[in-house]
Amino acid sequence: MANENVWTRKHLIGIEELSREEVEMVLDTAPQFLAVQDRESGIKKVPLLQGRLIANLFMEPSTRTRISFELAAKRLSADTLTFSASSSSTKKGETLHDTLANIEAMKTDLVVIRSSFAGAPALLTERHTSNIINAGDGYHEHPTQALLDTFTMRQHIRKLREDDSASLDGIRVALIGDISHSRVARSNIWALKKLGASVILCAPETLIPMDIQKMGVEVTSNLKEAMTDADVVYALRIQMERQASSLFPSLREYIRLFRVDNESLKHAPDNALIMHPGPINRDIELASDVADCNRSLVLEQVSNGVAIRMAVMHLLANSAQPTDQE
Amino acid sequence: MTDTPSSTIMSAQELAAALDSLAQAISDAHTGADTIYLLGILSRGRPLADRLAERITSLSGTECKVGSLATTLYRDDMRTGNVAPKIGGDNTHFDFDVNGNSIVIVDDVLNSGRTIRAALDEIMDYGRPARVQLACLIDRGLREVPIQADYLGKSIQTKSADHVRVKLNELDGEDSVTLNVAE
Repeated sequence: MANENVWTRKHLIGIEELSREEVEMVLDTAPQFLAVQDRESGIKKVPLLQGRLIANLFMEPSTRTRISFELAAKRLSADTLTFSASSSSTKKGETLHDTLANIEAMKTDLVVIRSSFAGAPALLTERHTSNIINAGDGYHEHPTQALLDTFTMRQHIRKLREDDSASLDGIRVALIGDISHSRVARSNIWALKKLGASVILCAPETLIPMDIQKMGVEVTSNLKEAMTDADVVYALRIQMERQASSLFPSLREYIRLFRVDNESLKHAPDNALIMHPGPINRDIELASDVADCNRSLVLEQVSNGVAIRMAVMHLLANSAQPTDQE
Repeated sequence: MTDTPSSTIMSAQELAAALDSLAQAISDAHTGADTIYLLGILSRGRPLADRLAERITSLSGTECKVGSLATTLYRDDMRTGNVAPKIGGDNTHFDFDVNGNSIVIVDDVLNSGRTIRAALDEIMDYGRPARVQLACLIDRGLREVPIQADYLGKSIQTKSADHVRVKLNELDGEDSVTLNVAE
């Protein structure tokens, strides 16, 4: 292990278990794939995974993540199969292991899995031979989202500082919104802390998990405080479907106290970058005009997501793995 | 690696002379062209392409455009597990349209020919050039695919275990080509 600049992992389950070097390896692998998407007149794909089969196993609804993985696979010239919960046999009572065993019987090389159960992707790595990528598992992790987010931040910090090798060391990121139900927040906290950034979480107290400070983050319920000195203002999605459980008194109050808008952004530096993992509830967690302003990186996150997922698939599927995990 | 006796294939002066004659040959083959497009294969083909461009322009006044090809995304040995994915470093980059243009690929050492095969595939994914040619400083033989250089500095006979080392000022602080013969 730990051979400099050589990837040795077979699966990507979470950011937690990665070293800083491994996170940076993924970020450093992505630019060559961004360039592939940007080819103007040519063919936007490369033959790195030609003839290999990638299965997308989506046990939970998702559009953009699924499409992003599919496109990443196609741009690497792999063949893809997509299974979604509604059309799969899970509804008929098949276990996850059986579902994957059946998919693997069709000779898949890599499996992307989204599940509402934390730990499902990790469980699958124990019994199956394909490379496995976690595309979001319950409230646990969504590693590729954190990789694409930190990649996007790093690209912009590099641009702002006119320094091609700038890192996220010392950058301050405010994560605002539903932290409790957010695997995006959890993966981003791991990634940002590993990359040397400082993180402040801001939400109603009911949406902040107990003991989250143990991850090395600051916590506040004061939006003004979170915005002050933030290099990046990252709004998280309020999960409207969970509103029924009334974790805050009213949407109107949430908007007044926690919305990222031109008014609250007055407390942030003028060049603070605006991010959101999508899909946006316009004018709830993020004001419409802010989402569309020139500091907003929302659509860039989407473009970078494909490049990051190409990088992850390439690293997992094309690296020599240490002979049968010692 | 125990690559003892090392012999000089090209001194700095000989390397400069080889580039002069390569530039002359490329220039002669492009009389009447408005622009000559050179794509240097990273890492040592790129500085060679830059030097050739400078020489061609001073010889004939023809404008040259230079770009870089990484070829790493087109390697045919990625599946073997013997090659690690490329992490960081320079990537393919050029600012011109390959469609309808005459392209010269520039590399330091021509060996199996597989890198050039990858370079050809990569270029074709950017468009359809009118013609693609190859300029190399050293041809060490040992071809594994039917590819030959159109412009060649020097041809030498080697065994596959031998090591041909090209050093360039831009990257290595000196200009030289040496051959380390395997025991």
